[in-house]
Amino acid sequence: MGKIEVNRERCKACGLCISVCPKKLIIFSPGPNSQGFYPAEQSSEGECTGCALCAEICPDVAIEVWR
Amino acid sequence: MNPYFEGENFFERHRDSDMKQVFKRPASLRDIPFHFCPGCHHGTIHRLVAEAIDHYHLRERTIGIAGVGCAVFVYEYFDIDAAEAPHGRAPAVATGLKRVLPDRIVFTYQGDGDLASIGMSEIVHTANRGENITVIFVNNTVYGMTGGQMAPTTLLGQQTTTSPYGRDFNQDGYPIRMAEMLATLEGTAFSARVALNTPANLMKAKKAVRQAFEMQMNDMGFTFVELLSACPTNWGLNPIKANERVEKELIPYFPLGVFKERKGSDNF
Amino acid sequence: MEKRLFMKGNEALAYGAIKAGCRYYFGYPITPQNDIPEYFSRHMSKVEGCFLQAESEVASINMILGASAGGARAMTSSSSPGVSLMQEGISYLAGSELPAVIVNVTRSGPGLGGISASQGDYFQATRGGGHGDYRTIVLAPHSVQEMHDLAMLAFDLADLYRNPLVILADAVLGQMNETLEDRPYRPLELPPKDWILTGASGRKPNLIKSLYLKEGEMEKHNWKLFEKYQSMKKEIRYEISRAEDAQMMVAAFGTSARVAKTAIQIARAQGLKVGLFRPITLYPFPDQALLDLSRRVKKFISVEMNTGQMVEDVKLSVARDADVHFYGHPPGSPPDPEEVFEAIKKVY
Repeated sequence: MGKIEVNRERCKACGLCISVCPKKLIIFSPGPNSQGFYPAEQSSEGECTGCALCAEICPDVAIEVWR
Repeated sequence: MNPYFEGENFFERHRDSDMKQVFKRPASLRDIPFHFCPGCHHGTIHRLVAEAIDHYHLRERTIGIAGVGCAVFVYEYFDIDAAEAPHGRAPAVATGLKRVLPDRIVFTYQGDGDLASIGMSEIVHTANRGENITVIFVNNTVYGMTGGQMAPTTLLGQQTTTSPYGRDFNQDGYPIRMAEMLATLEGTAFSARVALNTPANLMKAKKAVRQAFEMQMNDMGFTFVELLSACPTNWGLNPIKANERVEKELIPYFPLGVFKERKGSDNF
Repeated sequence: MEKRLFMKGNEALAYGAIKAGCRYYFGYPITPQNDIPEYFSRHMSKVEGCFLQAESEVASINMILGASAGGARAMTSSSSPGVSLMQEGISYLAGSELPAVIVNVTRSGPGLGGISASQGDYFQATRGGGHGDYRTIVLAPHSVQEMHDLAMLAFDLADLYRNPLVILADAVLGQMNETLEDRPYRPLELPPKDWILTGASGRKPNLIKSLYLKEGEMEKHNWKLFEKYQSMKKEIRYEISRAEDAQMMVAAFGTSARVAKTAIQIARAQGLKVGLFRPITLYPFPDQALLDLSRRVKKFISVEMNTGQMVEDVKLSVARDADVHFYGHPPGSPPDPEEVFEAIKKVY
């Protein structure tokens, strides 16, 4: 059982985390951050394994992962 | 093996549960937003270098030398001593510094224009002398900061703002393979090319960056890591498609691998 | 009546150069002049010219040297730090008496500085810039029209005097878009290039060099260059406006002159009798014209985007009893007309 936290203000909505998550748990959030990006966030559904691929691929070091 | 690696990272507990933190920002990477474009690999590479510095507890004896280009702000993001070199001259600046302070860890961080164009003389001679420094070479086949002009690593047929009809070898020659070229020099102890476009490639990149720093710590000679990177803005591609381009177009011409790996040190 | 175009300064300059027969461009990217190499990359092949992005500014200026020695009209462009890199090459061009056009779209300095406009390279451009006793002609446009027109003139002057020539623009001029008249290229009468290196077939070999080791040669060569620079004084160009009843003249070039024009309008509206003296050739500097003006007008203020460079030439030129003031707005952004007006008012 794992969990990610995306720093909303650092995320630039590049979409890379969404593309690598093996469980397809990450989505773009419905509301923008102060830069106008719609940041990534863990959707409430599904079980995160804490694999941290999202955090590894994130170019902005915007994701922290717990397991 | 390596006297500087002490073991597992400190794990924080998550405030809502008993989960341990398994991924966080490396301490030597300042907690400030990156100015890089969405999907730019500079941010990733900064993190990999900072992770290597932290892994070996090098922060207080590392000096970074910034090139000119999108890489110029390296000293804003790393919590270490740093200097700014004129365009292309970082290896020469690093040489001077390392000669004065041979027990410090010195690295340069350069893009394809800085290293392979204006800085070609400096990088070749620094490698040839076997200067005990680490060069982080960000190859994204364009000049990023100045708006997308052709680079020495621009692929044949690739359109840039100064090769609007596509790179033509009659006019501009072929793209240069730096990792292989520097591997032919005796002074080079480690020369590798990696990519960051998939998690698997990224893990190999992490290993290569760590190895480069470790070899410097062990005085083994000149270490060089070429990282194939995306420049979504100047390629005109979104970050996902940019990573696909790295796979389909860059890697076939710039193969991944280790081209030189010295096993022992020449320095006694 | 010529066609009217709407162009960016950098591109208008490149367009003018091609019109004047420039068929060789060697350069390296640097902000804020990338539009120039990019323009040439698109258009040179259309006129069977050669565009080559060199590996650095050092390589660029040396490619220019080779192309010029072969008789071609060759141009390079850069901005402040890149122009510094070219100084050795420019010295070689001057010593070898080779024509070349070098464009400096000045940015801020010193060092890496910044990408906004400044006029901090005035000394570099007008005092030779590199090693040795030489000068380059320096042209200072102040509008997109002049970026175009002076680019055409540049090649003729460089060929006429067999000398490198610098077009000293700045980031504002390079980036701004204005309308201009598509004026035709009207060549000056130029001597044949019988000194170029094309292979000594049917003639004695030609030699392009700047090394003079034999007894007395170096001195002779330097005086020869000196005489040439004296003869360049025929090329002095400047603009004087609103001087007839002026009590004070603003001296300014380039973007500072554009801002000063507005500041002078503000001043005039408030009853201050101010005029503008705008050098167009910074070398040779219009010293005689300034001296003549200063016999009647006794107050000058040099307005520049630096901490004081052209003001020294103004002081050297004017009559002993004329006062020369300075208003400097170092790099970052061009001065506002209002702040220039305040500076004018303060010393009026």
